[in-house]
Amino acid sequence: MRITELFEKGEFVLTAEVGPPKGVELDHLIKDAHEYLKTRVHALNVTDNQSSVMRTGSLATCKVLKDEGLLPIFQITCRDRNRIALQSDVLSAALLGIENLLLLTGDYTTLGDHPQAKPVFDLDSVSLIHAVKRLEEGFDIAGNAVDGAPPKFAKGAVVSPCSDSVDVQLAKMEAKVKAGCEYFQTQGVYEPEKFIKFMEQAKQFGVPVQLGLIIPKNVGMCRYMNANVAGVHVPDEMIKELQADKEKTKAGDTGVEICARLIKECKDYAQGVHIMSLGWENRIPEILDMAGIAPITPVV
Amino acid sequence: MLITQLKSKETIEALAQGKTVIINCHGCKEVYFAEHEADELQKDLNGVTQIITTDYICNPDNLKLQLLKHTDVINAADTILVFSCGVGVQTVAAQFEGKRVYSCCDTYPLPGFQGVTPLNVDCGQCGECYLNGTGGICPITACSKSLLNGQCGGAKEGMCEVDKEMECGWERIYRKLEKLNKLDNMKYDAPKVRNYHNPNAEEPTI
Repeated sequence: MRITELFEKGEFVLTAEVGPPKGVELDHLIKDAHEYLKTRVHALNVTDNQSSVMRTGSLATCKVLKDEGLLPIFQITCRDRNRIALQSDVLSAALLGIENLLLLTGDYTTLGDHPQAKPVFDLDSVSLIHAVKRLEEGFDIAGNAVDGAPPKFAKGAVVSPCSDSVDVQLAKMEAKVKAGCEYFQTQGVYEPEKFIKFMEQAKQFGVPVQLGLIIPKNVGMCRYMNANVAGVHVPDEMIKELQADKEKTKAGDTGVEICARLIKECKDYAQGVHIMSLGWENRIPEILDMAGIAPITPVV
Repeated sequence: MLITQLKSKETIEALAQGKTVIINCHGCKEVYFAEHEADELQKDLNGVTQIITTDYICNPDNLKLQLLKHTDVINAADTILVFSCGVGVQTVAAQFEGKRVYSCCDTYPLPGFQGVTPLNVDCGQCGECYLNGTGGICPITACSKSLLNGQCGGAKEGMCEVDKEMECGWERIYRKLEKLNKLDNMKYDAPKVRNYHNPNAEEPTI
């Protein structure tokens, strides 16, 4: 199922991010997905060599999850593949019955564990969305006809509502919508007022937006994100909140409370929530419970 | 050595709006520059208030000096058309911040000598000059990922994710277009995709 169908039905769409391991043992990932995510989120984003660190591929992992009765979202970045490989992988996804895509430019190679690698960036997020749309129309990006029935996807992308240059982000968002983007997931939000203000401007595009959340695990992580992660800002009060009860924070409870509160504050302005738990998949049910979001009936 | 080729007459005519000053650069002798064709084309353009032919405009100090005696006519101009390689266009665009500065040439790649191109502006010699849509700031060389459709979202406080000493090229482009009241430039009909094949590059006839 395409998650755009859920948005169209007016569902509050819930997704979570999972990262393939560096290796082919997926047992742990599958077990967590069944245990904590299957009845709590509609779909699972599978990252594509996240942070430029080489791992098992997103597409293969998507297929494994699909066979497990879960609904995967195939994340594709432009860092490692030229336009031929990107389009080929999009067709391969269609062949395997993967219908949800999240199309990204991707982190630069030097940020990861193969800094010597050649950065590709032949296409970018906008031209990749365009390329997928062309495939859906029966043509590749060079204008050649594609044989048989064209594929159909839910085409998603990302945007940073709390970026320090939100006007530039909105311009890029508009370009993505124009290229064919049908839903957005945001970068991690910690400032509801900024998100709400952003949504007031973004609603003109008429495309659903899922509030992005990164579970704040501890003070060190927040400080690291403030210094290094684009579009993410954890306010001082929140850092103080994490500092206030060290035992509670260590147990992960403060981070869970913060996420639940963010969902409550932003819920009326978003069309869904996307949780990036970075290994804390087991805390997602608590977050959703605390935010008053009931379990779902799994869709495939 | 590098090669420049004129953009089409229709493109250049569309760029010449209002009072127009033309700057020709005949700097590098090794450059294949369509001098005769450029002269002929410039004769037919409307609104041209001055044609300046000079050399090594890639060097900002030299450019400033060469244009000193034309200050009044340049200040009064709406548009500056530059016939040079991509470095020359970027140097002129940086010198005249609030003016519409357009490139009339596409610069094609050739290995080896790249003219007198010091300092921190650079031309990627991509053969399909993007400077006219980006306020004279090159997305190929000013963006670490050479993106053509806006910023990647990796910039933090305006600085690039790849090199924290470097400003995000697309934020620079956005701010420049904002200043020029040309933000509509970012609303393309179809996303831009770079052509690495450059089939239009002609063999030099030197």
